[in-house]
Amino acid sequence: MRSRFATGFVAVAAALALVGCETGVLAPAGPVGRAQRTILLNSLTIMLAIVIPTMIAGLLFAWWFRDSNRRARYRPQFVYSGRIELIVWSIPTLVILFLGGVIWISSHQLDPFRPLESPHTPLEVQVVALDWKWLFIYPEQRVASVNELVIPVGRPVHFSLTSASVMNAFSIPQLGGMIATMNRMVTQLHLQADYPGRYYGQSAQFSGDGFADMHFDVRAVPDDAFADWVATTRRSGAVLDRRSYEALAVQSQNVAPVTYRDADPRLFQAIVTHEIPPSAGPQVGIPGPAVRPTRER
Amino acid sequence: MFGKLTWNAIPWDQPIPLTAAAIVGLAVLGVFIWVVVKGYLPYLWHEWLTSVDHKRIGVMYIVLAVVMLFRGFIDAVMMRSQQALAFHSGGYLPPEHFDQIFSAHGTIMIFFAAMPLVIGLMNFVVPLQLGVRDVAFPTLNSTSFWLTATGALLVNISLVVGEFARTGWLVYPPLSELRYSPGVGVDYYLWAVQISGIGTLMTGINFVTTILKTRAPGMSYLRMPMFCWTSLASTLLIVAAFPVLTATLAMLLLDRYLDFHFFTNEGGGNMMMFVNLIWAWGHPEVYILVLPMFGVFSEVIATFSRKPLFGYRSMVIATLFICIVSFMVWLHHFFTMGSGANVNAVFGIATSVIAVGTGVKIYNWLFTMYGGRIRFTTPMLWSIGFIVTFLIGGMTGVLLAVPPADFQLHNSLFLVAHFHNVIIGGVLFGGFAALSYWFPKAFGFRLYEGWGKAAFWFTIVGFYVVFMPLYVAGLLGMTRRLQHYDVAEWRPWVLTAGVGVVIMIGAFVCQIVQLVLSIRDRESLRDTTGDPWDGRSLEWATPSPPPAFNFAVLPNVAGEEPYWAVKQRAIETQQLSAEPHYEPIEIPRNSATGFVTAVFATITGFALIWHIWWLAIAGLVAAYAVFVWFAWRDVHEVVIPADEVARVDRARRRAREEWLAAHAAATAAAGGEST
Amino acid sequence: MSVVTPAERSTWRETDPYVLGHGRGGSVPYATGHGEGGPASKRVVVGFGFWIFLLSDIVIFSCFFASYAVLARETASGPSAKDLFDLGNTALQTGFLLASTFVCGLASLAVDLRNQKWTQVTLLVTGLLGLGFLVLEVREFAEFMSRGAGPSRSAFLSAFFTLVGSHGLHVTVGLLWLGTMMAQFLAKGFRQDIRHRFLCFSLFWHTLDIIWVGIFNLVFLVGTVL
Repeated sequence: MRSRFATGFVAVAAALALVGCETGVLAPAGPVGRAQRTILLNSLTIMLAIVIPTMIAGLLFAWWFRDSNRRARYRPQFVYSGRIELIVWSIPTLVILFLGGVIWISSHQLDPFRPLESPHTPLEVQVVALDWKWLFIYPEQRVASVNELVIPVGRPVHFSLTSASVMNAFSIPQLGGMIATMNRMVTQLHLQADYPGRYYGQSAQFSGDGFADMHFDVRAVPDDAFADWVATTRRSGAVLDRRSYEALAVQSQNVAPVTYRDADPRLFQAIVTHEIPPSAGPQVGIPGPAVRPTRER
Repeated sequence: MFGKLTWNAIPWDQPIPLTAAAIVGLAVLGVFIWVVVKGYLPYLWHEWLTSVDHKRIGVMYIVLAVVMLFRGFIDAVMMRSQQALAFHSGGYLPPEHFDQIFSAHGTIMIFFAAMPLVIGLMNFVVPLQLGVRDVAFPTLNSTSFWLTATGALLVNISLVVGEFARTGWLVYPPLSELRYSPGVGVDYYLWAVQISGIGTLMTGINFVTTILKTRAPGMSYLRMPMFCWTSLASTLLIVAAFPVLTATLAMLLLDRYLDFHFFTNEGGGNMMMFVNLIWAWGHPEVYILVLPMFGVFSEVIATFSRKPLFGYRSMVIATLFICIVSFMVWLHHFFTMGSGANVNAVFGIATSVIAVGTGVKIYNWLFTMYGGRIRFTTPMLWSIGFIVTFLIGGMTGVLLAVPPADFQLHNSLFLVAHFHNVIIGGVLFGGFAALSYWFPKAFGFRLYEGWGKAAFWFTIVGFYVVFMPLYVAGLLGMTRRLQHYDVAEWRPWVLTAGVGVVIMIGAFVCQIVQLVLSIRDRESLRDTTGDPWDGRSLEWATPSPPPAFNFAVLPNVAGEEPYWAVKQRAIETQQLSAEPHYEPIEIPRNSATGFVTAVFATITGFALIWHIWWLAIAGLVAAYAVFVWFAWRDVHEVVIPADEVARVDRARRRAREEWLAAHAAATAAAGGEST
Repeated sequence: MSVVTPAERSTWRETDPYVLGHGRGGSVPYATGHGEGGPASKRVVVGFGFWIFLLSDIVIFSCFFASYAVLARETASGPSAKDLFDLGNTALQTGFLLASTFVCGLASLAVDLRNQKWTQVTLLVTGLLGLGFLVLEVREFAEFMSRGAGPSRSAFLSAFFTLVGSHGLHVTVGLLWLGTMMAQFLAKGFRQDIRHRFLCFSLFWHTLDIIWVGIFNLVFLVGTVL
C-alpha cells in the first residue's frame, strides 16, 4: 500500500514541479493563461486539503484494524454516530461551498467571450477551422494566413471563430482558454501574449483522419515586427477570395503555413451564414460502398 | 441484392484486423467443435443459452464482459504503443485505423465490458440478496442479455466486414453525418449501440420492478442490502437515461439513412442539440456504472471488516442524492462550447456538488473499517485500492468541473487520465472485487488468493504508471486522440505510459493463471457451506452454487443483515432453526425467445448497416413471429417437486450443522488458550 | 432459512440498530411488494413493470418534443408550421383516437365480465378507430410530401415527421398487438396471463392518447395559432 501511495504522490509532485516547465498549461505566457493556472492550482490546493487527510485516514484505519492486530479494539456495534454523520456531510459540503464560490467568480471573470482589460484596442482575428488546417483572417489588415498565427505582444486579440465543416476546438495552451468552433455559429475568445515567442496551437476536438496535423504555430512578436509582417504579407502570396477559399477548404493534411496578401473581409460572414456552403467531406476512395475512402495523399 | 456489401468490404490490405479476426474465428470454431465433439451442445442449449435463471444469465453477462474487456484492452495496448512510437513519425497504425481503434475502445469498454459487468453482477446478486427466486420478468431478462450480445457481435463483425466508426465513441455530428463519414463505421456503431441499448433499457425496467415489487417477506426498503439500493439507483437511471440515448441515436440514424436534418450543417440542423442530448444520457451513464460498484464496496468492506456498514441510512441518502444530481450536470462535458458564464458556473457547481455524496460514501466506508477486524482478502485489497484511486480521480474531476480550469484541460490527456482514474478505479476495481467475492457463490469453489493478490498489485502499479504520466502530458497541453505528434516535451510521459501498459499485461496474465489454476484444483478449493467469507446478507444463506430455486423456503426478514442474525443465533443456540415444511416450487420454464430474438436482431442489424433492405424487412417480420410464438406459449413454469427441494435443502442444512460443530470446537479451543 | 417464530422476531428487533418496526415477517394476505408480505402478485408486478416501460417511452417522446421545440423555427426558408398544418384534419384524428381509447375502456369492462362477443366487438372497433387515425395521418404526410415538404426539406420538418411519425409508429405496433390480443382471447379464453397482457395493452393505448394530446397542443395548436 505504501508503494502505491508513493507512486501517486511522486506523480503529483512531478506534475507540480512542472510549474517551471517550458510548455503547456503550467507555463502561461499571457494574462488569461496565468489566471487559469491560478484557478487550477487554487482548486487543487483546496481539494488536496481534504483528499490527503482522507487518504491517510483510510490507509491508517485499514492498517490499524487489521485482523492480526490484537491491540485494536473490535467494535462491531459501532455502526452509527450522529456526530460523525454530521461531520462527514458537512466537510464536503463546506469545501464545495467554498469551491462553488471560486467557480462562480472565476467563470465570470474568465468567460472567453469577455473582453480583456487593456489600454490597447484588441486586434481582430477571424478563425475558420477547415479540414484539416486553420485559416486566420485579419479583417483590419486584409491579410490571412494558414496554420500560422502572428500576433503582437501586449495587445489583446479578439478571435471570432467558426468552422467550415465539422467541430474543432481552438486551443493555445500557453495563452490560455479553449473554445469550440462550429459550423453556422460564431464563438469568441479573448487572449493576449505578454512575451514574444513561439507557442503551440492546436485543435483540441477530434475532427477526422487528418486531426493529428491540425496544429499551428503562434508567433507573438513586438508591435513593429507585427506591422512589418503585415506589410511583407501584403506584398506577396495569393488573394483569398471565394474561389481560392473553396480550393483551400478541400480536405488536406499536414498543410505547411502559407499567407494571403489580400483577404476578402466579408468571407467570414459568408462562411457563417452559409452563403458559401459547408465544405465537402471525403473526396477520394472506393465509390459506392465507401468503406475506407478518405486518405488524402 | 446485398446492398452496399461487396467483396471489398473485407480489409484484405490490412494485416492487423485480418489476423486478429482469423485468430478469433479459429478460437470460436475450435471451441464450437470441442463442444460438439464432447457432446456438450444439448447441455449448453438447455442449461445456458435458453436459460432464464437470473444466476445463469448473470454469469453469461460476465463472461461477455470479460471477453469484451480483453478486446478493449488490446485496443488500449495498440493505442498506447502507437503513441509511444509515433513521435515525428507515423507509427504503425495509419489514421483511418487508429481512429477506429480509439472509437472501438471507448464503445466496447463502456457498452460491452462495463455495462455487462455491472448488469451481470446485478443479475446474479440482487434476487439472492432480496431473498427471492428470480427477477420480475425472467424471459425478458434473457432477451436483454442476448440483445446486448448482439450489439457486441456487431461491433466485432465490423473488425472484418467493413469498418468501425472513426469519430470517437460518442459519434459527434457533423463528423458522424453521412457527408463527413460516408462509410458504414458509424452505422455499425449506431445499430450495435441501439440494439444493446434496448436490451439495457429492458434490464432497467426489469430490475426496478424486481427491487421495488419482489422482495422476501419483511424486507422493507431500509433493510435492503446496500448493493440492492445502489442497483435500484442505477436501474432507475437506466430507465430515465437510456431512452434519451435511444432517441438521440434514432435522430442521427434518420439523418444518415433518410436525409433528415437534425444535426447536419445544412437545412437548419443543430449539432449542439446532439451534444446536449448525448450527454444527458452520458453523464447518468457514468453513475449507472459506478453506483452498483459503490454497492459492491459497501458489501465487501462490511464483510471483511466484520462489521455492519457504517451509516447505512446516510449511504442510502447519498446514493439517491448522486442518482438525482447526476442528471443535472451534463453540460460540464462541453464548457468549451461557449454557453456563457452563468450556465457554465451553474453546471460547474452542480458537478462539484456530486462530490458531496461521494465524499460521504468514502467517509462511511472509512468508518466501517474503523473498529473492525479487517481481513486483507483479494476483494478487500481491491476495495482499499479503490478508495485511494477514486479519491485522486474524484479530485481531478472536481478540478475539471471548474470551468476556467476546464478551458485548459478539456479533451487533453488530463481528462483522459481523469475518467480512466474513476472508471478503472471505480468500475473495474469494483468488478474485480465483486468477481473474487461472489465467484465461490456462483461456482462452488474459491479462487486462489495468491494469484488474485498478485493481479491486484500488478493492476494498481500498472494503472498508476500508465495514467499519472498522462495527467502530466495533459498539463503539458497534449490533446487526446492524436495519431502522431511532434512535441518533444510530451514524449517521455507517453513512453512511461507505454511501460505501464506492459505491467497491466502482467496483471492480465495473473488473472488468467488464477482462473486456470483454480479451475484445475477446484475440488480442494470447494466451498461446502455456502458461506466462504463469513457473509452477512441473504445470498450466503444458500448453498454454493445456489439451486435453481435459490431458497427452499422464502426467508423471513426481521432486520438488516438477516443472514448474519440467523448465523449468530445458530451459534448461540448451537442449532439451526427447525426444519421447514417443504413445498413444490414453480420456477419459470426455459425459453429460446431471447436467443432467437437475438439471432434475428443480428440479421436485421447487419442488413440495415449494409442497406440490404429485403433482409431487414424479413428480420422484422421474423421478430414479430417470435413475439406471437412466445405469446402463444401455454406453460410458463416448471414445478420442482417437494422431495427435490427437501433433498437440496437438507444437504445444505447438514453442511451448516457440520460447520456449526466445527465452529463451536474452534471457539472452545481458542477460549481455552486465552484463559 | 426457515419459518421464524414470533419470539425470534421480537428478539431480533432489538438488535436492529434502527428499530424500524417493520418486524412483520409473516405473510400478510395481500402482498404489495413493499416488503410486508413478500413478493407482490403477478398482476401487480406485470402492471408495475409495464408502467415503468411506459415512463421510459414517454422519455423518448420527451426527447422528440425537445428537439421539435429547438428546431421548430429552423425552416431553412421552406414552409413553416402555419403554411402546412390543417387543424380540421388534426381535430378529426384526435376524435378518432379519443373514441378509440374510450372503446378500449369498454373492452376492459367486457374482459372483466368475461364476455367473448363484446370483447371481440369492442376490440375490433378500437382497432378500426385506430386504423382510421393512421389513415388520416398517412394522408396528411403524403400531402405534405407532395407539396415538397418532406422530412428532408428542413430541420423543422425533420423534427415534425419524427415526433408525429413515431407516435404513428406506436399506433401501428399497437394495432398489431391488438390483433394478437383478439386472436388470443378467441383461442385461449380469459386466462389470467392473457388478461395481464390486455391490462398492459390498454395502458399502452391510453398512453398513446396522452402523448397525442401533447402533440396536438404543442405541435398543431401552437404551430397554427402562434
